[in-house]
Amino acid sequence: MDIAQELLNGSKLALSRAITAIENEHDDAVDIMKKLYPHTGNAFVFGITGPPGAGKSTLTDKLAREYRLMGKTVGIIAIDPTSPFSGGAILGDRIRMNDLTLDEGVFIRSMGTRGSLGGLSRKTADAVKAMDAFGKDIIFIETVGVGQSEVDIVKAADTTMVVLVPGLGDDIQAIKAGILEIGDVFAINKADHEGADRLNVELNMMLDLGGMTKDWRPPIKQVVANQGQGVKELIITIEEHYAHLKTTGQLTTRRTERTKNEMLDILKNGIGTYITNHITASGQFDQYVKDVEDRRIDPYSVVNDLLKGMLK
Amino acid sequence: MSNDKVKADLAAYEAKVEKAIAKFPERANIPKQRIYTPLDIQNTDYADEIGFPGVYPFTRGVQPTMYRGRFWTMRMYAGFSTAEESNKRYRYLIESGATGLSCAFDLPTQIGYDSDDDISEGEVGKVGVAIDSLADMELLFDKIDLGKVSTSMTINAPASVLLAMYIAVGEKQGVSADQLKGTIQNDILKEYSARGTYIFPPRPSMRLITNIFAYCSKNVPKWNTISISGYHIREAGSTASQEIAFTIADGIAYCEAAIKAGLDVDAFAGRLSFFWNAHNNVLEEVAKFRASRRVWAKVMKERFKAKNPKSWMLRVHTQTAGSMLTAQQPNNNIVRVALQTAAAVMGGTQSLHTNSRDEALALPTEDSVMVALRTQQIVACESGLADVIDPLAGSYYVEALTNKIEAEAWDYIKKIDEIGGAVSAIEQGYIQKEIQDSAYQWQMDVESGAKTIVGVNKFQVEEKPVEGLLRVDASVGVKQKKHLAELRAKRDNAAVKEALIALEKACKDEEENLMPHILTAVKTYATLGEICGVMRSVFGEYVAHVNL
Amino acid sequence: MEKRIRVLVAKPGLDGHDRGAKVVARALRDAGFEVIYTGLRQTPEQIAEAALQEDVNVVAMSILSGAHAHIFPKVVNLLKGKGMDDVLVVGGGVIPESDIPALKAAGIAEVFTPGATTGTIIDFIKENVK
Repeated sequence: MDIAQELLNGSKLALSRAITAIENEHDDAVDIMKKLYPHTGNAFVFGITGPPGAGKSTLTDKLAREYRLMGKTVGIIAIDPTSPFSGGAILGDRIRMNDLTLDEGVFIRSMGTRGSLGGLSRKTADAVKAMDAFGKDIIFIETVGVGQSEVDIVKAADTTMVVLVPGLGDDIQAIKAGILEIGDVFAINKADHEGADRLNVELNMMLDLGGMTKDWRPPIKQVVANQGQGVKELIITIEEHYAHLKTTGQLTTRRTERTKNEMLDILKNGIGTYITNHITASGQFDQYVKDVEDRRIDPYSVVNDLLKGMLK
Repeated sequence: MSNDKVKADLAAYEAKVEKAIAKFPERANIPKQRIYTPLDIQNTDYADEIGFPGVYPFTRGVQPTMYRGRFWTMRMYAGFSTAEESNKRYRYLIESGATGLSCAFDLPTQIGYDSDDDISEGEVGKVGVAIDSLADMELLFDKIDLGKVSTSMTINAPASVLLAMYIAVGEKQGVSADQLKGTIQNDILKEYSARGTYIFPPRPSMRLITNIFAYCSKNVPKWNTISISGYHIREAGSTASQEIAFTIADGIAYCEAAIKAGLDVDAFAGRLSFFWNAHNNVLEEVAKFRASRRVWAKVMKERFKAKNPKSWMLRVHTQTAGSMLTAQQPNNNIVRVALQTAAAVMGGTQSLHTNSRDEALALPTEDSVMVALRTQQIVACESGLADVIDPLAGSYYVEALTNKIEAEAWDYIKKIDEIGGAVSAIEQGYIQKEIQDSAYQWQMDVESGAKTIVGVNKFQVEEKPVEGLLRVDASVGVKQKKHLAELRAKRDNAAVKEALIALEKACKDEEENLMPHILTAVKTYATLGEICGVMRSVFGEYVAHVNL
Repeated sequence: MEKRIRVLVAKPGLDGHDRGAKVVARALRDAGFEVIYTGLRQTPEQIAEAALQEDVNVVAMSILSGAHAHIFPKVVNLLKGKGMDDVLVVGGGVIPESDIPALKAAGIAEVFTPGATTGTIIDFIKENVK
C-alpha cells in the first residue's frame, strides 16, 4: 500500500506502519517522509519530561483528556528506555492511558530509546511529523526523564514542561542535571504530598537565579495528576506559553532553529553513511586500521588523508 | 555438653564431610549450612523468644491448648456458577464434615460489577459465585443456619457490600448481627501489590476498611473484619520472608489508619486475622508461621501498645499453595497438598483450605475436593502431627530458621517504614517490584534446572489430556442477567434511588461511617454494581503501578 | 534497518493474576523484544486498538479466569477487522487441553499452559513471527 497516501486519507494503520518504518529506518521511510512533509507544521508539539516516578504518564493522560474535551485531536509519543544489555524494552506508559485507547481522536505510540540517542531525536521528530500530517492538533512527547538525551528530544517540541514531585530525594539533583534550562512550564505533581511547598520554594529560587534575562519566567503549577486537580489551570498556562511563543515570534525562531538542526542532522547522517560505505567498500580502510594499530601512522593523519581524498 | 566442645566437634565433622563430599558435587540451590547445632540458637532465650503456647510472643501457637482441644477449622473454599449451585456445594460440604464455609465470588462481583454489565461478559460465575443483589445472597445461604455456621468470604474491594448482605440475610433468618461468625478478607492493600482485584484508590479504600472496623466492633463483635493476606503475595511469587513482611507491613497500615480514625487499638485488634500460604518447603513454612506470630506480637505490644493479649495474637487461616500445583501428572498434587497440610498444621494454623489436584487445570470437581478434605482429616487423625503442640520447637534448624525469617521480616518492615509505610511503598511500586523480582528469579531457577519441580522440569512423562474437568455452564451469565432484569422490574425503585442518593452524600462526607448507608441500600435490593457505581463516582478508580 | 520484534502483552478479562504475564514480559524484554505492557482488565477492543497503534508483531494474552474461549477469538477477529491480519496471536493461562483445538481454529497460533517455559514462548515467537 502507499503508506503516505493512506495516512493522509486518515488510515490509522498507515500512520502506525509509517512510524514503524521511521523507527526501523526502513528503506521506505525517506519516501514516506518526503510525501508527508508538505502536510506538516500545523500541530502544537508539547514535550513532557521529568525524573522517573514523577507521574508524567498520568499527567499526560489527564492533559490529553482535557484537550479532547476542548475538541482537539491528540497524538502521544511515549518513550521508555531500552535495556543496554538485551536491546529489549518494556514500554509501560500506555497502562496509565488505557482509557484513551478507544478514543477515536487519540493515537498513542510507545517507543524505546534503542540505544541510539542522537538517532532517537531524529526518529521522534519524524514520528511527530507523521502524526502532524495525519492531522493531530496537539502532539505530546513524553520522554524517559533521565540524562542529556532529554535536551535533544525536547528540541522537537514547541513548549516543554518539566514535571517534578516531592519526596524523590533527588529533586534538586534532577534540576541540576540540566532540565531546569529546558522547562518553559514546571509542574509539581503530587502537590498534596509532604514537601511540595518546599520543592516549590527551592524551584522558584533556582528559576529566579537563572531565568532573569528571559522575557518568559517559567511558571510553576501544582497538580495532583491522579485526581485531576490543577489540570485545567495547567492547560491555561501551557496555552499561555504557546500564545507567548506566537506573539513574540519565538515560535518561528524555535521552528527555524529546529528545521536547521534537523537538516544538519540529516546531512550529517547522510555524509556519515556515505563515507562509511565508501571507505569500507574498498577494503583500504582495514589496511589503515592495521597501520594505526601497529603505530606506523596515527589515526588523525589517516582521517585527514581520507577526507581530503573524498572531498576533492 | 559445653559450647566449646560442640564447636570443636563441629569443626572435626566439617573437615570429615568436606573430604567425603569432594567425591560428588553437592546439590545446588540448597542452603549452604549442612547441619544445625546448639551453636545456632545459643542466643535464643527460651522464655523470651520461644516460651509456651498461648503466651506472648506466641511462637508456639496462639491458644494454650492448640489441637489438643480441637482441630483447626477445615474450611473449603468453594463457589461457582449461580447462588443455587453453590448452595448445593455448601450443603454437601457441611454434610461431609467441613466445619466452616468459604465463599468464592466471581470476578465481576469481586470488582463491583453486575452480571449484566458489558465488562462482565464471559466472566459471570466462572471463578466463583455471581452475587448481584441481596436476592442472590438469600439463595446462597438458603437452608444454612447463619447462627451455626462460620462463613469466610473472599471479598475485598466491595467487602462492605457483601458483609451488609450477609447481615441482611441473617436478619431475615432471625439471627441478629451480634451472633454472626465469620470473616471478610477485606484486605485491599494486597490487591494493589499482588492480587489485582481493586476498585478504588488506596485512601478511600482505607476509609471503607476503618468504617467496617468501627461498625463491627459495635454491631458484629464476633466477625473477623479483615484477613490480612500474605497468601496472594506468595502466589504472586514472593519468598517466605517477604510474604510475612509485606503482610505485617499491611497490618501495621490498617492499625495506623484505624487509630487515626479514632479507634482504640484493643477495640479492633482482636478481630484482625491473617492468611498464610502453605508452600512446598515444609520446614521453612513451619518456621515462617512461628516467626510471623512473634513479629506480630511484638508489633502490637511494643509499637501499638495494645494491652489486651488477644490483640497480640496472630490468628491465621491457611491455604495450600495454588501456584505449586502442576498441570503435569496432576495426581502428584495430592502429595504436595499433603506435605503443605503437614507444614500448616505443624506451623499451628487456626483454619485450613486444601487445594484439589486438578486446580492447575480448572475449578475442582467434587471428587477431587473430597480427596483434599480427606487429606486434612488424615493429617489430623492419623499422622500424629496434631498430637503434640508445636512439635518442631527446639529443632536447632527450625529455631534458627525461625530467627532468620523473623530478622528478614524486620529488615523489610524497617525499609517500608522509611518509605512512609505500606501505602506509600505500594504507591511507589516498591513492594510490587520486590515481589516481581522474586517471581522472575523463581522462574529462571526452574528453567535452568536449579529448582526441580517433579513432572515439570524433571521426571516428565508423555501424558494424555485429563478428562472430566469441571466446566461452568455458559448459560450462567444469561440466567443471572434474567434474574437481574426481573429484580429491577419488581423492586421498589424509588426506595433504591433514595438509598443510593443517601449513600452518595455519605461518601462525600469523610466523617460519616458508610456501613449503615450500605446496609440500607442492600435491603432495598440495590445491586452490587449500583452501590459500587455510586462509590466509584465519588472515589474514582485505581490505576496500577507497573515497574517491571 | 533495525527491526525489533514488538509484542503487546495484555491481561484481558477481569482476573488479577498477572504473575505469569509480568514474568513473560520481562523474559521477552531480556530476549531483546520491545514489550508494550498494558496491564489488567483490558477489553478485546482495547487490546486490538493498542495493537494497531503500536504496530506490534505479536499479541500475547494471559487469562486465568476461564474466559479465554470468549475473549481470545474476539481479539483475533477485531485485529482482522483493522487490517492487522499479519499479527501473531498467542495465549496462555489455565486453559484445558480440550479447549485448545477450538482456539487454534479461531486463529490463536499457540496456547501456553501451566509449566510452559519462557524459553519455549520466546522460541515460538521467533520462529513464527511474520
